[in-house]
Amino acid sequence: MYAQMVQSTGKGVKSRAEMTEDERRFQDRVDAGEKIEPKDWMPEGYRRTLIRQIGQHAHSEIVGQLPEGNWITRAPTLERKAILLAKVQDEAGHGLYLYCAAETLGVSRDELTEDLLSGRMKYSSIFNYPTLTWADMGAVGWLVDGAAIMNQVPLQRTSYGPYSRAMIRICKEESFHQRQGYDIMLKMARGTPAQKRMAQDALNRFWYPSLMMFGPSDADSVHSAQSMAWKIKINTNDELRQKFVDQTVPQAEFLGLTVPDPDLKWNEERGHYDFSEPDWSEFFAVIAGEGPCNAERMAARRKAWDDGAWVREGLMAHAEKKRAAKVAAE
Amino acid sequence: MDENAALFEFLLRMGDNTLILGHRVSEWCGHAPVLEEDIALANTALDLIGQTQMWLGLAGEIEGQGRSADDLAFLRDAWDFRNLLLVEQPNGDFGQTMMRQFLFDAWHLPMLTMLAVGGHERIAEIAAKAAKEAAYHLDRSADLVIGLGDGTEESHARMQAALDLLWPYMAEPFEADEVDAAMTEAGVAPDPGTMRGAFMEKVGAVMDAATLTVPERRFAQTGGKSGVRHSEHLGHILTQMQWLQRAYPGAAW
Amino acid sequence: MTDRTEWPLWEVFIRGQHGISHRHVGSLHAPDAEKAVRNARDVYTRRNEGVSIWVVEARHIAASSPSDKGPLYEPARSKVYRHPTFFDIPDEAGHM
Repeated sequence: MYAQMVQSTGKGVKSRAEMTEDERRFQDRVDAGEKIEPKDWMPEGYRRTLIRQIGQHAHSEIVGQLPEGNWITRAPTLERKAILLAKVQDEAGHGLYLYCAAETLGVSRDELTEDLLSGRMKYSSIFNYPTLTWADMGAVGWLVDGAAIMNQVPLQRTSYGPYSRAMIRICKEESFHQRQGYDIMLKMARGTPAQKRMAQDALNRFWYPSLMMFGPSDADSVHSAQSMAWKIKINTNDELRQKFVDQTVPQAEFLGLTVPDPDLKWNEERGHYDFSEPDWSEFFAVIAGEGPCNAERMAARRKAWDDGAWVREGLMAHAEKKRAAKVAAE
Repeated sequence: MDENAALFEFLLRMGDNTLILGHRVSEWCGHAPVLEEDIALANTALDLIGQTQMWLGLAGEIEGQGRSADDLAFLRDAWDFRNLLLVEQPNGDFGQTMMRQFLFDAWHLPMLTMLAVGGHERIAEIAAKAAKEAAYHLDRSADLVIGLGDGTEESHARMQAALDLLWPYMAEPFEADEVDAAMTEAGVAPDPGTMRGAFMEKVGAVMDAATLTVPERRFAQTGGKSGVRHSEHLGHILTQMQWLQRAYPGAAW
Repeated sequence: MTDRTEWPLWEVFIRGQHGISHRHVGSLHAPDAEKAVRNARDVYTRRNEGVSIWVVEARHIAASSPSDKGPLYEPARSKVYRHPTFFDIPDEAGHM
């Protein structure tokens, strides 16, 4: 997902007997569905796991501006240009909300940014794939935002108050993102033969990377078990992936497009689609920095940050001068 | 000049300014110095694209050849564009972008304000809506020019360089030709030259606060709003902007 | 390579409609109060959410500490009659 393979304490879930008094009281609150707020006592592992998860989610929003931003200046109509720009702008906003949520845990946005640029923190694998045609704007909205929503809707109930509130705001704003993507796909699928070809090509390229967004199966992961006990992860990766496939296949059929999986078929007994796993070796390579666009994405973020340093410093210096002048006048 | 033809030309000027500047500003999306500015720049670009839809939409109606705003934006070549040379200049660094924005806004807002009380009802309506947005743009761009001009030594030097680079383009908006004469005569738009005084006053006040120096008058770069001689940059903007419409003629998107 | 000039954090409060209170909507960074207000307009009112904006630098907010929770809030919690749902009004009485 936007936060993939977040490592928690790595020690597995403690039994109640192993917990300290504080930990037991904390776990009771989480179990009772109470929200944890910034000044409340929390286990150090909870705090650090949350920083990693929220930070990774925020980084994904910011890096996620780039593949779609790639088409803003080439959007085919004024209305499409405005819609796409508004959508990519929303992603910047969502990154901002999430950085602010992380900041309540005692880390600054600049520190998180440095961690992204140095490679110490990751962002979602999906944004390391190129957007090659206009149909990719449709596929990204439909599939990538569709997959993201699967994860983000349950996260509105997450135990950490600021994170939960950020997710509520994000989900509200994102409701149009997937629909605008599907709307582009519809136009393309019902358009000229060339447009239909673009639409199919986009689905072919984005299908498996979208399935990878949920991360590898975590049925046996100690990290996931701990995160689920803390309610900072609500569903397993496999549950969400299945839900995504079940929802998306009929949508592809409606478009008259073919999901690029010869083994995809409805399983009457399970009441779900059977489908092929993505190539996990590719996923791990992308996460390790070897995806098709990792280098460009990081270079773009680094350039924005470095080129912007004089602006951030200049405006701060001016604000300090004004403050000093005001104090002198008083 | 036939009043309808002049009206069409005038609307292209208004719409092409916002189209090309909106395009330039949208190039920042995902690349700004800080998230808050990234979001604010996108708001400015969105306002400008929205204004473009209104200006070029009306231009198409006045022309009466059945061309939509999209047809005008995506299917004209460079010589048919009527935007000021200023707005097609590259973004440069953030300072250059904000300086370009300020110089444009400082002309745009008074222009819209005059159009809003002018004699053409449809134009006045569009201008009244756009003026609200332009007023905010001017507030922002003026404040950023001041903050960066009077910031650090480096930010000051960059802002002065931006002003020096862009100043030669600031004669063009105030030069009048037969299109302007027709608009003035019809009571639609002000005589451009009469707006120069207020513009210089605003620029003077902002540059003073920004500790920047308005350059001595230099050779004026013109040719954008008449379409006679655009810069080389416009062709590259159109190459990107019009790519899909040109490569797949007649497709609906 | 940490940027020593990180802009301060501001908390943003927005009045959504005339007549209701300002409500905390989130935070942002800005070098000074004027720019914080403008950034708030650009970040938090993209969908027409507001008619009035307040900002306050986060470090100036005084907050109750979690351990005060009992003494501060429990007295109010026992006064359930302050809440309209406390009263059982028959449906026949109409909307109230």
